[in-house]
Amino acid sequence: MSASARPAWMEKPRPTTQAAKAVALVVVVLLVCVPFLVILSTSLASPKEVVDNGGWVLWPTEPTTQAYRDIFEGGIVTHALGVSAGVTVVGTLFSLFCTVTLAYALSRPGVFGGRPVLLLVLFTFLFPPGIIPSFLLVKELGLLDSYGSLIFPVLINVFNLVVMRGFFQSIPEELYEAARLDGAGDWRVLWSVVLPLSKAALAVVGLFYAVAYWNSWFYASLYLESDHWPLQQVLRTYVVAGSGLTDAATSEGTVNAPQTVQMAVLVIATVPILLIYPFLQKYFTKGVLTGAIKS
Amino acid sequence: MAAVVRERTGTEAVTPSRHHPNGARTKRKGFQSRRSRTLFLLMLPGLGYFLVFHYGALAGNVIAFKDYVPFDGIWGSPWVGLGNFQRMFQDAEFWDAVLNTLWIAVLQIVFYFPVPLALALLLHTLTWSTVRRFVQSVAYLPHFISWVIVVALFQQVLGDTGMLNGYLGDAGLSTVDIIGNPDAFKPLTVAQVIWKDAGWGTIIFLAALSQVDEQQYEAAAIDGAGPWRRFWHVTLPAIRPVIVLLLIMRLGDILSVGFEQMLLQRDAVGPEAAEIIDTFVYYQGIVGGDYGFAAAAGLFKGVIGALLVYAANKVAHRLGEQGVYK
Repeated sequence: MSASARPAWMEKPRPTTQAAKAVALVVVVLLVCVPFLVILSTSLASPKEVVDNGGWVLWPTEPTTQAYRDIFEGGIVTHALGVSAGVTVVGTLFSLFCTVTLAYALSRPGVFGGRPVLLLVLFTFLFPPGIIPSFLLVKELGLLDSYGSLIFPVLINVFNLVVMRGFFQSIPEELYEAARLDGAGDWRVLWSVVLPLSKAALAVVGLFYAVAYWNSWFYASLYLESDHWPLQQVLRTYVVAGSGLTDAATSEGTVNAPQTVQMAVLVIATVPILLIYPFLQKYFTKGVLTGAIKS
Repeated sequence: MAAVVRERTGTEAVTPSRHHPNGARTKRKGFQSRRSRTLFLLMLPGLGYFLVFHYGALAGNVIAFKDYVPFDGIWGSPWVGLGNFQRMFQDAEFWDAVLNTLWIAVLQIVFYFPVPLALALLLHTLTWSTVRRFVQSVAYLPHFISWVIVVALFQQVLGDTGMLNGYLGDAGLSTVDIIGNPDAFKPLTVAQVIWKDAGWGTIIFLAALSQVDEQQYEAAAIDGAGPWRRFWHVTLPAIRPVIVLLLIMRLGDILSVGFEQMLLQRDAVGPEAAEIIDTFVYYQGIVGGDYGFAAAAGLFKGVIGALLVYAANKVAHRLGEQGVYK
């Protein structure tokens, strides 16, 4: 659709309708953006200005990066940032590998055991195992307090698997035939033919995994000792709880970190999502997801 | 392994014979079995994951029928039959959690469900695609923000030292007590879900709207139908299947309301307002150490939930829609 293309049959919209729509859109955009602006501004304000204004600032009068410098001098947040980044990168690679191989095998007709395995996988969607058995399993496997406990229990997401499989199935059969005639085995077909054609699907699924790993905190709270926590769990304990939501943080001694520092941690946890978001956004428009959701 | 390699080199050597119909068929057959073996190997890591972490964990649900003692392990703990379930059915706190879950789910269906639909209809009427794409980008964004950050953002904006109360105070109005107030908690969670997921929820409606044949609108307009009648007679019938399907699937999933969202805020408002089935399981089992009892509650939810999803899917089929499970 080209910009501002009103079909000939459509009547000219009334100015009141136009105005109402414009107001609605502005409200939607502001509702999303203002909270982000408040945390960014508060993190860049001086602690005194934040206190004088009652705990928040919409626009700092004298911006300072002191809060960020305090954070990156070392300590809990710096370490947690490293943990989050590591788990996100390693986890995404593991997840992508296992999702792609399984999705590829399940997308080819006539695999030994393909049908039962597909049913087995889809059933897990209907009946998740539950918190308690999962926790006891991780414990029995000796994964407690290891970073593997954040990755292996959530290695494959069924939705991502279905998206990937659907994409592989949409690749024309002739391409597989041609590759086979050239003498390529299945590894070769996957690596040299299928994957280069699947960049969009790989990007979407990879980014979904990365976002999920980055945002995850519950498993860390369940499986890890506090000195191994990723950023989101630190944020949960010191910021969400520090503001009076839970009392879990009171023994840790960081509760009284200035509001500016708390908001700076929030910003640091949000920025990677904002950075990869344009790439995600690029692929939504390609219809990778809409196609998958419909099927 | 050696056989596989020999077979491969063999295939390459006799490539010309492939043009012969018979030769092609025999080659293909050998090829098929090797393919099947490689594909099976490719399947193994993923299959192993599902077997261990889903079916292995699923098997761990036996402790719902046991008095689980960590020292004795899953198999060494004594059986108690349906004892855990009997206790659960007599536990008033459990039923409070069930009621809270259903109540929050109903609030979400009534107040959240129409929002993505309305937003999608609004976006769909925008003919200026630059604006449309910008608003879409902004509206999808919160879906990718973690619940921890969403809860913190709401504190910062609606909390007693937040932006809203700051403005109300400056204007000389009385402040509102939203965050940490048990009475306001359920509407607050619905507002959070709307903020986080309403934009993302438009995707499926926008996809359905884009499928509507433009000529139907044109024909209706030529027949004299104004915007409202076109909406009523063309747009709505076209997207009704999607609306019905999503509504049925949401009803099937009625026992699930955001676990992370509730867990993050439960302690601030207390279990009376915020305990849902999932947090009940978590607090009884992980926090309280009553693993068998908690697993029983979790299993109860899993079984009823699966039955509801299955039934919802059947209803969707009955209505002629394509369900999630074919």
